[in-house]
Amino acid sequence: MKKDIEVHINGEAFKLGANSSLQDALILFGATPPFAVAVNKEFVAKQGYSELLLSEGDHLEIISPITGG
Amino acid sequence: MIDNKPKDTELLLYGERFKSRLMLGTSRYPSPEILAQAVKRSEPAMLTASLRRQSAFKEESKRFWQLLEDLQTPILPNTAGCHSIDEVVTTAQMAREVFETDWIKLELIGDDYTLQPDTLNLPKACEQLLKLGFKVLPYTTDDLILCQRLVDLGCQAVMPWAAPIGTGKGPVNPYALKSLRERLDVPLIVDAGLGMPSHACTVMEWGYDAVLLNTAVALAQDPVAMAEAFSGAVQSGRTAYLSGGMQPQENAAPSTPVLGTPFWHQG
Repeated sequence: MKKDIEVHINGEAFKLGANSSLQDALILFGATPPFAVAVNKEFVAKQGYSELLLSEGDHLEIISPITGG
Repeated sequence: MIDNKPKDTELLLYGERFKSRLMLGTSRYPSPEILAQAVKRSEPAMLTASLRRQSAFKEESKRFWQLLEDLQTPILPNTAGCHSIDEVVTTAQMAREVFETDWIKLELIGDDYTLQPDTLNLPKACEQLLKLGFKVLPYTTDDLILCQRLVDLGCQAVMPWAAPIGTGKGPVNPYALKSLRERLDVPLIVDAGLGMPSHACTVMEWGYDAVLLNTAVALAQDPVAMAEAFSGAVQSGRTAYLSGGMQPQENAAPSTPVLGTPFWHQG
């Protein structure tokens, strides 16, 4: 049986089952639209959330709109 | 009735026309309601917005998103806070997906104290974004060679600062901004450092095509009235530019006719 993996989402550690997808991580985190995602500083388009399998130590950024100048 | 107003054209950026020459930031207002009123009062061409980690701003983000949807003003996402080309490119791609727009205000910060753009890496960042199909509006210093380089790379507009972001100092180097206007043929937008409507009016009188500002409105005691004041100042400056101002003279010249002056030569 494969071991769980630990990933970092917006700087916090989360445990996920082996072979978890980015989509699984977004559900675990509770991401709510609108948002966009980068994994290890690379943008991942929303069409790719289910296909992308995460690895131990991956860094995810889940970002949303905010005021700006 | 004869319309004697100078003929103007709409602001044209990357083939898109805009009725206003004011672009407004959305940050630092006392409340979302005041921001909304300021936007309605000044009717800007675009509103700037940004992206941050969802964990820190979940509720605020939801409210802001709803407000943007209600305002129906085109969005110009920024890459604020990025310190590397990779961060810029990834942030721009995320912004494109979230805001569903190819527009991007390129901010690549080189110094955290002055928020001065990383002028050495700006062209490379610009090049990469243009290749990815973005309509890039780069926030830059007023350096002529850098701005020229950005235009050479394909930027159809450039946004030099008047002064560092949030300082409200107004144009600290009029010579540089005027030189840019004389030498570059693309739309020029003054971005950052404006504090009062007179600053906006001045750069528009010099022939700048638009201004982008945030703090000067957001931190005014009455941001809604100040947004209106800036909107009027931008329009006044534009009209003055199109009207062709007089050249300053060394010698005084009476405005009132001298001929027929009463008491002439009566001792």
